Amino acid sequence: MGLLSFFNKIEPDKEKHPFLHTIYDGIYTLFYVPDHTAQGGTHVKDKIDLKRVMFTVVLSLVFAYIFGIWNIGHQHFKALGKYLGVLDGLHLKFAFGIAKILPIFIVTHIVGLGIEFYYAYKRGHGIEEGFLVTGALIPLIMPPDIPLWILTVAIVFAVVLGKEAFGGTGMNVWNIALLTRVFIFFAYPTTISGDEVWIAGLTNAKAGAAAHYGWIEQYIFNPLFQMLHWDTFPSAGQVVDGFSGATPLSLAFNGGWDSVMSHFSTSELWFGLIPGSVGEVSKPMIIIGMLILLITRIASWRIILGGLIGAALTAFLLNVWGTTPMMQVPWYYQFYMGSALFAITFMATDPVTAAGTKWGKWVYGILIGFFGIIIRVLNPAYPEGWMLAILFMNTFAPLLDYISLQSNIKKRLKRAKV
Amino acid sequence: MVPPSLPSYAKGKKVIFLKGGHDLWLTGAPQGKLLDRTVKTYALQPTEFRGMFPIPKVIVEVGEQVKAGQIVFYDREHPEVKFASPVSGEVISINRGAKRSIVEIVIASDNQIDYLPIKAPDLTSISRASLVDFLLETGAWPLINERPYDIIPSKDSVPRDIFISTFNTAPLACDPNIAVNGNGEAFQKGLDVLQLLTPGEVHLGLNANDKVAPADEFLQSKGVKHHWFHGKHPAGNVGIQIHHIAPLGLKDKVWTLTVQQVIQLGKIFTEGRWVADRVVAISGSSVHETGYIRTKSGANIGELLGAVDADARLISGDVLSGTQKLKRNFLNWKHEMVTAIPEGKYNEFFGWLIPSVAGPSDSKTYANYLFPHKQFDGDTNKHGEKRAFVMTHDYDEMLPMDIHLLHLMKSVIVNDYDGMEGLGLKELTEEDVALAEWRCTSKQPLQQLLRRGLNMLREQEI
Repeated sequence: MGLLSFFNKIEPDKEKHPFLHTIYDGIYTLFYVPDHTAQGGTHVKDKIDLKRVMFTVVLSLVFAYIFGIWNIGHQHFKALGKYLGVLDGLHLKFAFGIAKILPIFIVTHIVGLGIEFYYAYKRGHGIEEGFLVTGALIPLIMPPDIPLWILTVAIVFAVVLGKEAFGGTGMNVWNIALLTRVFIFFAYPTTISGDEVWIAGLTNAKAGAAAHYGWIEQYIFNPLFQMLHWDTFPSAGQVVDGFSGATPLSLAFNGGWDSVMSHFSTSELWFGLIPGSVGEVSKPMIIIGMLILLITRIASWRIILGGLIGAALTAFLLNVWGTTPMMQVPWYYQFYMGSALFAITFMATDPVTAAGTKWGKWVYGILIGFFGIIIRVLNPAYPEGWMLAILFMNTFAPLLDYISLQSNIKKRLKRAKV
Repeated sequence: MVPPSLPSYAKGKKVIFLKGGHDLWLTGAPQGKLLDRTVKTYALQPTEFRGMFPIPKVIVEVGEQVKAGQIVFYDREHPEVKFASPVSGEVISINRGAKRSIVEIVIASDNQIDYLPIKAPDLTSISRASLVDFLLETGAWPLINERPYDIIPSKDSVPRDIFISTFNTAPLACDPNIAVNGNGEAFQKGLDVLQLLTPGEVHLGLNANDKVAPADEFLQSKGVKHHWFHGKHPAGNVGIQIHHIAPLGLKDKVWTLTVQQVIQLGKIFTEGRWVADRVVAISGSSVHETGYIRTKSGANIGELLGAVDADARLISGDVLSGTQKLKRNFLNWKHEMVTAIPEGKYNEFFGWLIPSVAGPSDSKTYANYLFPHKQFDGDTNKHGEKRAFVMTHDYDEMLPMDIHLLHLMKSVIVNDYDGMEGLGLKELTEEDVALAEWRCTSKQPLQQLLRRGLNMLREQEI
């Protein structure tokens, strides 16, 4: 065990260098489960711990990541009218996607983990794992061209005010990843809403607009691809005529399902060859993640099922009402567009911010489905409803638990009288 | 949902099905083998009786000869509650602990037990009050456990009902079927005595899980109500059974006894002496020879276990809710088993990432659920660090009761008395929440929290 003795050797003094020790402890416990034994309670313990739970969630997101990275490139080249086939220019699409997502990923983790480390040191406890999942979720819900300084400000806001102010991991009222996004949504609306932001690397989404590439594409990937005699990123590109960067949701809102169908096929929508946030586009990848979370029982099936039922039922009722083009979109196609599945699978199921009782979870899930569709279909100001619906229900989750617990208490009091 | 298939003996019976739970399969089960081993030293441990004045009045002296059934000490606050010696022999030491509390009164047993004769009254004509006085006087009263709080009842306490579980689902547990074998008469007599003590019913919880039917002594017991239970651990816990038979109201008091305690109570009347016999299960992967031993209550741990691995944790009771002991310590009053498992002081490389070493777990992130009967050694490694509550459905499956355990625990943490009482804290004791504590992703000390809450509620009542 060379590594273990190395760790023991470099352990900083806890009294003299508390900050260093906090960081050391965070890294050490990542490599080794500490040799603590159970004291004063059960003498054996389940092998599960929070690190493994969080890691499983990250694992369930990997598929959405891989597809999302490719799709950033695919949407970009589609706008330029190049490499239209799914398998064409695979290396360029992946390279482009990585060049976009990696900076977001790195900034998210440096900022978020930095704050987490600092507060762990201030409070003198170990580094908790909450940010593992938050940090993996944030890049998936951003437009690929999000300015990094805006991202930084938003994460600082969300982690400091949304989490650490309430006491850290396990104590927050709102989902941190969504709080990051909602901050950008209201503070810098043009960077995260509208049709133009969802396709990366274009000056704008109109015909004739120029494509531009950063130093990663030009100075790292291009020389590499040249060496391999592969296609390189073009030095100049123009958005083709007749292209619009419109997302299926905005098409549906203005022109109904026919308008969506004139731009995309249902299989494109299902498999995710559409513009949108990085992680939300591919339904099969989200479903793989959902299955991982359901089989491992990390996500509550009540919330997921409740969310799906709530959304489907609401969309169906709006079908019956059917006065605007968006209302007439068949209820099952609502799941093909936007982030319905992604939000219900990965955002609504955050156990800390969701309701904690069984009854509460059902109601929480159903209401998220309800509000998500209502905001999406009926509110002209917001193109998508899930972020707001979930944050809204996060706020009311304690109330749902309260109602559920009160009924349990009342039952017990009634028994006492009899 | 399709009800699980029942063994033939329970077909046609009214069975209470308990959902959830988890059977923790560990190696080193005691099997049915009876070990021929005699224990020389025994002790009474005043500090394990909850709610007693810290320093009881000891009425024997070191070096004095006592008989089995002779009173050794009594509670200073409730001098009527007396405690009798399980064996005859010489008092060899009185060991003190923190704040001069008396921890152990150690007795070296004679080879041939010399019993103090007890003149048992006639049960057909005795009044409840004089029966209570008789039990207090003989030292049998502490056999009775009162819920809520798990305390020795006060002499004025009248229980709504009395509950006895005749099976044990805890890991590696002692099988009461073995203990009751040959003691049918005493068991029935004990039940008869209990019936006189409550205006309500005496309830017997029966096991509908095993291939083999419960012992005839249980099935043919008279004057009591039988209830069949099917389910995984903690289905055998009397607290779970109370909840499903007749749940505890806020002002209710009920009494519970173990099967062996009922037999001990019965033998006062059938044999006219204090027979503190215990069949004790010797189990765990660190024990060299597992099995059962016929001994007395309060037997020495080291002598019971015999040879064990050097690096083992010795536990009086089961691995979930038992008490850590040393070889020189003694079996607890209520316990019917000793367990020894390896200490788990090791670092596991990337333990959270890969299932490099399989171990006991109910988490579906491990493939364990594909092999539900795989046995593990089980060690005391904590497998992680303590965290805030994060997962909210961990406990759902671990406590088959209508109790929101997570929220109950949170109400203890924030000292919310109404919440604690209303959410059902009084229906629980340590052994009931132990499985949830084992399962807890955040490694929260549920048993400690539970007792903290119970103590707070109890202080209010006094």
